[in-house]
Amino acid sequence: MSAPVVASGATTFAVEVRDLVKRYAKAPVDSLTGVSFQVEQGEVFGFLGPNGAGKSTTIGILTTRIRPTGGRAIVAGVDVADDPVGARRVLGVVPQQNNLDRSLSVRQNLIYHASYHGVPRATRNKLADALLEQFGLADRPDGRPDDFSGGQIQRMMIARALMHNPSVLFLDEPSTGLDPAARLFLWEKVAELKAAGTTVVITTHDMDEAATLSDRVAIIDHGTLLALDTPQRLVQGMHSERTLDCTMEPGPTGDAASLAIALGGLAGVRAVDQLDDPAGIGWRYRIDVDGEPAPFVAPVATVVAEAGAKLTDVRLGEPNLEDVFIHMTGRALR
Amino acid sequence: MSAPSEPVAGVGRPGGAATAGPVARWGPWRTGLAILRRDLMVTGREFPIFLAQVILQPLFLLFVFGKVLTELGYAQAGYQEVLFPGLVALAAVLTGLQSTALPLVIEFSYSNEIEDRLLAPLPVGAVAVEKVVFAAMRGFVAATVMFPIGVWILGSIPWRASTGVAVVAMMVLGSLLGAAMGLILGTYVPPNRINVTFALVLTPLIFTGSSQYPWPSLDHIRWFQVVSALNPMTYVSEGLRGLMVPHVPHIATWACFMVAVTYLVVLMVVGMYGFNRRALS
Repeated sequence: MSAPVVASGATTFAVEVRDLVKRYAKAPVDSLTGVSFQVEQGEVFGFLGPNGAGKSTTIGILTTRIRPTGGRAIVAGVDVADDPVGARRVLGVVPQQNNLDRSLSVRQNLIYHASYHGVPRATRNKLADALLEQFGLADRPDGRPDDFSGGQIQRMMIARALMHNPSVLFLDEPSTGLDPAARLFLWEKVAELKAAGTTVVITTHDMDEAATLSDRVAIIDHGTLLALDTPQRLVQGMHSERTLDCTMEPGPTGDAASLAIALGGLAGVRAVDQLDDPAGIGWRYRIDVDGEPAPFVAPVATVVAEAGAKLTDVRLGEPNLEDVFIHMTGRALR
Repeated sequence: MSAPSEPVAGVGRPGGAATAGPVARWGPWRTGLAILRRDLMVTGREFPIFLAQVILQPLFLLFVFGKVLTELGYAQAGYQEVLFPGLVALAAVLTGLQSTALPLVIEFSYSNEIEDRLLAPLPVGAVAVEKVVFAAMRGFVAATVMFPIGVWILGSIPWRASTGVAVVAMMVLGSLLGAAMGLILGTYVPPNRINVTFALVLTPLIFTGSSQYPWPSLDHIRWFQVVSALNPMTYVSEGLRGLMVPHVPHIATWACFMVAVTYLVVLMVVGMYGFNRRALS
């Protein structure tokens, strides 16, 4: 991996974080325990971890809203603690929650943001129109943010962040709460930004999102960086493990934990992790097995039946980022 | 030419728009003014609503206490002169206070609107200063509007050209004082308590600020005089009274200015600390 080189000969990263430590006032433990990483220019960098892992704290420090307790954080060559004003010129933020200016129209949100950043009037008007077009918002430029859907709000916030042409764009959990179509649109836009050379740092607890969008993924939990590599290599690191994802309806007796133990007792099973059932009614397990997973279906079904539960779905799979995460942290992402 | 001509939408040119020297030096000022322009634009768009909001209370106070009670004979004829400068002070302080406190509570908790400004290239404290300056402008407008209303309701108001500049200065000071108090309320009070706090703070503030009575005449009610002396608004009311109706007993004008300025500095220091605490963690 070769980092871009500037005229002075010094290596420069889009983001450079060294031994970053954060302890909030009155907190008993550090929220970040000495995190270090670099993001290359033009890279899409994914931050994967469950809620409370330290993703938002890291992004908060990089975007000058949280003061680090120790270590250094540099964005586009600017130390965020020494020169927060300078850092805000070169970074753009798309927050988790809607923070659009409710008193302004969509177009005004973009234009005033640019004026805060000193973008000349003629440029900002032209740029706002172009971005509204690009983000599919051109048909209602004078509407108020309150009248738009979650997906459209998201797009407005990305368009707004691009108005001052940031060197690094931070997206904090961008697809949380979006419907599938809006999420797909978001992913396309991130891919376009990357193609245009913008560095994007994205936090997510969605492993599909991390795997699809990111050039490299950092896995973080309990304020510690556990792994950092391309999604492919992270998954390859899981040797030759194969998985069965099983969903079942619980029976009248028995509990999820003892079923997990029973499944773990089968020969050839490496690990059993209980996952959240998206529907919220059944039990869901991911079973890591040695070799081909298909021969395990019958014995698994037997154990499930003995426990009084009813198998409703079995998927055989290659390991993915979520498995990597579970493997490293011992818990599911959500 | 290094000017960013014809930028392509969505393309991040490394280095961005803002690394040049003069931009760095004047940038924060320009950013602060851009934020102020946004606030003025939004208020200007709803100016009649804003006016109705800020003048209704002083207008009724002026009408009932200044007009009705004097005409019915329950208040002496000279009471209008005592009341009018006090209500100008009340309008300045109260409007200033409400113009910072409520928006800050909402923007920090429910709407998060303030984030875009906190992420703009200017020091965090400057965002607070802009809020105070803008709120003080609203307070000043509200206080100014009291003059034509006074003429309309009372027939005439005490105005002396010789002290005009000092009156304006005291109105500005009162508006800033109110805005600084609002900064403290807006940043220290948790959002779920704001209703209670407003009820507990506003009413005593309105009725202990010497706006309806001259402070020196409280000699007989010593405890109330002490309480009133603690209210920053007292010095605005008394200052305006001294400048507009000098024959009415009042605290010395120079003392009013000094105490008001001291209060402003203290309130701003406390308010800025609270703002920084909310804006950065």
